[in-house]
Amino acid sequence: MPTKIEKDSVTGTDTTGHEWDGVRELNTPLPTWWVYTFYATIVWAIAYYIVYPAWPGLSGYTKGIWSYSQRVEVEADIAQARAAQKGYRDRVGALSTDDIRKDPDLLAFALAGGRAAFADNCVPCHAVAGAGRIGYPSLADDDWLWGGTLAEIQRTIEVGARSGHAETRVSDMPRFGADGMLTGPQIDDLAEFVLQLSGRGDAAMAASAERGRPLYAENCAACHGDSGEGKPDVGAPRLNDQIWLYGGDKQSIVASINAARAGVMPAWAGRLDVETIKMLTVYVHSLGGGR
Amino acid sequence: MASAAHSLDAEPIRYDEDIVRAFVIAAMFWGVAAFAVGLFIALQLAFPVLNLGLEWTTFGRLRPLHTSAAIFAFGGNVLFATSLYVVQRTCRAPLFGGPPAAQFLFWGYQFFIVLAAIGYLTGVTQGKEYAEPEWYADLWLTIVWVVYLVVYGGTLLRREEPHIYVVNWFFLAFILTVAVLHVVNGLAMPVSPFSAKSYPIWPGVQGALVQWWYGHNAVGFFLTAGFLGIMYYFVPKQAERPIYSYRLSIIHFWALIFLYIWAGPHHLHYTALPDWAQTLGMTFSVMLWMPSWGGMINGLMTLSGAWDKLRTDPVLRFLIASVGFYGMATFEGPVMSIKAVNGLSHYTDWTIGHVHSGALGWVAFVSFGAIYFLVPRLWGRAQLYSLKLVSVHFWISTLGIVLYISSMWVSGILQGLMWRAYDRLGFLQYAFIETVEAMHPFYLIRALGGLLFVLGALIMVYNLWRTTRGEVRREAAYGQLPALATA
Repeated sequence: MPTKIEKDSVTGTDTTGHEWDGVRELNTPLPTWWVYTFYATIVWAIAYYIVYPAWPGLSGYTKGIWSYSQRVEVEADIAQARAAQKGYRDRVGALSTDDIRKDPDLLAFALAGGRAAFADNCVPCHAVAGAGRIGYPSLADDDWLWGGTLAEIQRTIEVGARSGHAETRVSDMPRFGADGMLTGPQIDDLAEFVLQLSGRGDAAMAASAERGRPLYAENCAACHGDSGEGKPDVGAPRLNDQIWLYGGDKQSIVASINAARAGVMPAWAGRLDVETIKMLTVYVHSLGGGR
Repeated sequence: MASAAHSLDAEPIRYDEDIVRAFVIAAMFWGVAAFAVGLFIALQLAFPVLNLGLEWTTFGRLRPLHTSAAIFAFGGNVLFATSLYVVQRTCRAPLFGGPPAAQFLFWGYQFFIVLAAIGYLTGVTQGKEYAEPEWYADLWLTIVWVVYLVVYGGTLLRREEPHIYVVNWFFLAFILTVAVLHVVNGLAMPVSPFSAKSYPIWPGVQGALVQWWYGHNAVGFFLTAGFLGIMYYFVPKQAERPIYSYRLSIIHFWALIFLYIWAGPHHLHYTALPDWAQTLGMTFSVMLWMPSWGGMINGLMTLSGAWDKLRTDPVLRFLIASVGFYGMATFEGPVMSIKAVNGLSHYTDWTIGHVHSGALGWVAFVSFGAIYFLVPRLWGRAQLYSLKLVSVHFWISTLGIVLYISSMWVSGILQGLMWRAYDRLGFLQYAFIETVEAMHPFYLIRALGGLLFVLGALIMVYNLWRTTRGEVRREAAYGQLPALATA
């Protein structure tokens, strides 16, 4: 096809003389600012190669005149962060949690560290600020499965529950229904009695609850206490309050008696350092229910 | 049916347009599907209950369904439609291989899409972003792609034009490079010939580097080079103006092709990838800024002397807005590739916003413009059913994109700042879950943006459907000022 260079009437620029399906091209020179900005990015890149690690060779790579290394940098950052906390951490490690609580300055540090560690490790189950959710105990109340003193809380954090740790917290409530120890109607009566223990008995169901009373004394009282006060040393929850780990409606209680419950918490000893566990202990203790 | 064009020697060229029509229909079908799934997963992030408790409908499975449907099903079909339309006309030659090869391309590619989608929903994937299909789907796509290269290259070789127009350089670069990327990144060993499961041959950090060499060049060659090809034909056609600068098109083409292929490591800043590779990924990304803008300049400046057409031609508005979004996204990209910026932006919603300013603003808008151009011509209609509806589509989608990307900027930067916040004693300020809770309002705004974008696409489908039936909506001539009352 013959090449025919024309002058574009709008811009006054020549075309290249080519045409494809009606599309033509102007032969406009490169915009100067575009060319120089492009050159500037190239100059910047070359300067960067001189300073930073850049080009690979057969063995190793060009290190750059600043000898920069991301790994060295991150190690230095971590070392600096550790050094900044060292004084506090050493004291947290050396003192008991009781003594940590007595030193206002150290307590403030432990609470901040405990809050951060709690946010990273505990919040997925126990919720923000230990509010808890169904199946995962609230840590902000004074109802404790395994005790709410500093020492008891620290122990629970260290060994977990049904965690596989050699000394893990574990309670073994029988599966009364599933294993045929009680019949359906008996479990129903028992649930009515448990509701009555927590002050929520239905007057219309008083007869049922009365039938549950001896069943409770025979099957439950050994762990949960005669009046449902619970027994933290075996992990038996209190039943005579309004705090229910797995739900306090009758259906949930029937389900708990029927097949028992077996929540799991990991053991944190070995996963978290001693200082962090102590800070967590102080933090959890401070959430509202520490004894 | 093939339309006839007269060559100089009277023998009419029989362009194959059946296949272009088929690809246009497929593009709109998959486009609506991709946008709708995108809206659904955006809502899942705001309301997790929408995972529906079924493994097939979880975010983890629907997300690659969305990305692949948008990039490969919508974008891919648009690229097939436009490249096969354009190559015939700019070469004045019918498709090499004729209708049988073209039919194979169409059905072979749709089969790949379905094969990949079934894999995603049933959990059969390689787990490599944008390269999720397992080995059997990869092999099938390789066959289809080689046929594409042969059809496209064969048509170029039998051209009757003395020169190859820049549009065809871009399409050819896209087809060739995607073939190389797909094959190298896809190299894998199946567990057995009868197992869907395979393992990549690339181990560890090399595997990550190969994956992001692929991943970033899927952006560079699939979503950029290919769609720049669309721009280089449809913008001058619709504006009825010559391309601004031939010289710029050469320089920015070669600079883009040379530099893009190195930029992948910027996806792996501050990881096990060695420092030197991170340096190269970052510097090549920054050097890529001007070559990318070369395409934007050539697209925008083609309107010299025709800017007034933006007022009267909403199709041109789509094309030009797309070039604007392209310029914005290709400035944001180099900025985000700088390690100090990336340290804040990486893994946050900012990346999602960046991708969508490119995917919705650039890729989808330039595709919409091209399809609005093509449909009346392919179906032999004098005009679109309604320019007014094109304008409504334009504004509703633009608003959707603005809501999308601005909410993701705020959300992403907020997220990044919360992740790195320390208190005065040196402890992390926020729990991860607190950062997730902080995202919620922005997820709602993003989903609203997505809803508008889906609505716009549905308006487009309606408009195109009426157009194919040869109908014209009774409406005032678009963009004309009301006539002055004569006294």
